[in-house]
Amino acid sequence: MAEIIKTATRDAYGKALVELGGTDDKVVVLDADLAAATKTGMFKKAYPDKFFDSGIAECNMMGVAAGLSTVGYTVFASTFAMFAAGRAFEQVRNSIGYPHLNVKIGATHAGISVGEDGASHQCCEDIALMRTIPGMVIINPADDVEARAAVLAAAKYEGPVYMRFGRLAVPRIYDPETYEFEIGKAVTICEGTDVTICATGLLVNEAIEAQKLLAAEGISAEILNIHTIKPIDKDAILKSAAKTGAIVTAEEHSIIGGLGSAVAEVVCEGGKPVPVVRLGVNDEFGKSGPAVELLHIYGLDAQNIVEKAKKAISMK
Amino acid sequence: MDAVIRKQLKIKACKARMGIIEGVFNAKSGHPGGSLSCVDIVTYLYFHHMNVDAQNPKMEDRDRFVLSKGHAAPALYSVLALKGFFPVDELKTLRKSDSMLQGHPSIKYTPGVDMCTGSLGQGISTACGMALGAKLAGKNFRVYTILGDGEIQEGQVWEAAMYASSKGLDNLVAVVDNNNLQIDGKITEVNSPYPIVEKFKAFGWNVIEICAHSFDEIDAAFNAAAEFKGKPSVIVAKSVKGKGVSFMEDQVSWHGTAPNAEQYEQAMSELNQALAELEA
Repeated sequence: MAEIIKTATRDAYGKALVELGGTDDKVVVLDADLAAATKTGMFKKAYPDKFFDSGIAECNMMGVAAGLSTVGYTVFASTFAMFAAGRAFEQVRNSIGYPHLNVKIGATHAGISVGEDGASHQCCEDIALMRTIPGMVIINPADDVEARAAVLAAAKYEGPVYMRFGRLAVPRIYDPETYEFEIGKAVTICEGTDVTICATGLLVNEAIEAQKLLAAEGISAEILNIHTIKPIDKDAILKSAAKTGAIVTAEEHSIIGGLGSAVAEVVCEGGKPVPVVRLGVNDEFGKSGPAVELLHIYGLDAQNIVEKAKKAISMK
Repeated sequence: MDAVIRKQLKIKACKARMGIIEGVFNAKSGHPGGSLSCVDIVTYLYFHHMNVDAQNPKMEDRDRFVLSKGHAAPALYSVLALKGFFPVDELKTLRKSDSMLQGHPSIKYTPGVDMCTGSLGQGISTACGMALGAKLAGKNFRVYTILGDGEIQEGQVWEAAMYASSKGLDNLVAVVDNNNLQIDGKITEVNSPYPIVEKFKAFGWNVIEICAHSFDEIDAAFNAAAEFKGKPSVIVAKSVKGKGVSFMEDQVSWHGTAPNAEQYEQAMSELNQALAELEA
C-alpha cells in the first residue's frame, strides 16, 4: 500500500504562491503579521519585492489589496479566516466585493481544526459570511493537490475569490499528475445509489472513509466533493439527488449558512426535494484541544457521516 | 497663484456648488453640507492639479482620486460633470434608480470615479493600495484622498495612516476636510479627533494646514506636498460646512438634508449672484 502523504492545505497555498510568482509578475502577496502561519512566508522569501506586510491591521490590508488590484495587480491577501472574513468582513464587502476587484483572499486556519488556540481563532462562520457577498467565489479545497489547483485557477479568474485553507495536515486524495480542477464544478469521487454525501474541505476525506463503512453495511454512497461553495454546482447536486434520493452534507463550518445550507437551498428549489441532513458545527463555539480530537468531539468524522447518511436514507 | 487662474477656479467651484444643490434638491436627499465644504479642493484637483482625461477615464497613468468621505459624492459628481466626464444634466438624476450617480461613489456606474467609497474609513486604505501600486509599477501617478474630520474617528484611518508612512508613500496626499461638524453635532462634543495635526505628525506624515476655501493656499499646499519626499502628506483644511449657501453655513442640520423648493431657489439665487460677480 502506498504511503499516505499528509499536507496542510495552507502549505500547498504557500507553495502555489511561489509557483505563481515565477510565472506571473503581476502577482502580489499581502499578509497581516501571520506570514509564518499562513505560509505566505514562502512567497516573501522567494519574491521579497512583491510581498507587503500590513502588520496586525487586517481591515487596512483588505483596502490596500483593493487599491493595488485597481492598478493591475493580482493580489493575494492572507490572514486567518477569523480575521479575513470576520474582522474585515465589511472591507471585503465594500472595498473588494462591491467594485468586484481582482483580489484573492487566502484565509488559513479555518474551522475547528485550528486546535489548541481555541474558539477565538476557530472560524466556523466564514463561508456563511462570504456567501452573502454578491460575486464572491468561495473555494474550500480538500487536500494539497486541490489547494494548489485552486490557487492557480483563482489567479486566472478575474474577480474576488475567497479561498479557505486549514492548519491541520490532511491526507492527499488526488493525483497531482491527473487531477483537473474547475471553479464551480463539483468532483464526483465515487458513484452510488442510496445516498449522496456532499462534502467540502477536510471532510471530503472523512466522506471517503464513511463511504467504505457504509459499503460494508450494504449501503451505496455517492460522494460529491463540493470544493467551490459559490457558485455552487447545482446540476451535479440535483442530478445526484435525483439518483440517490437522499443527501448528507459534511463541512468543518457552522451548519448555519455553509455548504449544508447551500445544498439545501439548491435541493429545495430544484423541483424534486429529497431529505438533506447536515453535518457541521452545531451552532456552538469551539474550544481548545488537539485538532484531531476536536474533530471527533464536534462530530466531524466518518462515523458521524455514516449516522447522518442513515438518517437521510430513513427520511426518504 | 495667477489671478486669472484663481478666478477661473472660483467660477468652476461656484458652478460645482450649483450642481451640488441641483442634485440634492432633485434627489430630495443627500449631503449638501460636507459636499460644499470640500468642493473647492475637488475643483482645484480636477481643474488645476491632477492628470486626468475626461475622454479616457481609465487612462492607465492618470492620477487617482478617492473620495474617502463618500457622502460628499455630489461634489465629486458636479466637478466630474463640469470636467466633461458626463453631461452636467446627469446631476439632476442623482440617487434615482436609473441614474449613473449613486448615493455614494461607485466605479461600477460613474465614469471618472476611481473607487467605491461611502463606508467611512475605507477610502484611505484603498488609496494606500493605489499609491503602493504606483511605486511597485514604477509609475509616476499620484493618489489623492479626502477624508472627513468626523471620519478620522474610524480606527481604520489610523491603520492606513501608520501603513502609508511605514511604506514611504510620498505619492499619496490625504486631505482632512475639517469643517468641525458631524451628524450628531460638533466633532469636539461627539468624540474629538483633535489634535489632528499632532496625530498625523506622530503617525509619520508631512502635515500642511490651510484654509479649504483659499485657492492660493490650496495650490501652495498641493505643490508643497508634491515636492515633499519620503513621507505621505496630509493637508488639514479648515473648512466651513455648507460653504457658499448662507443658510447652510456651519449648520449641522445641513449634513444630510435636501433643500425644499423655497430653499433651493434661495440657494441658487445666492450662487447665481456670486457667479455673476465672478464673471463681471
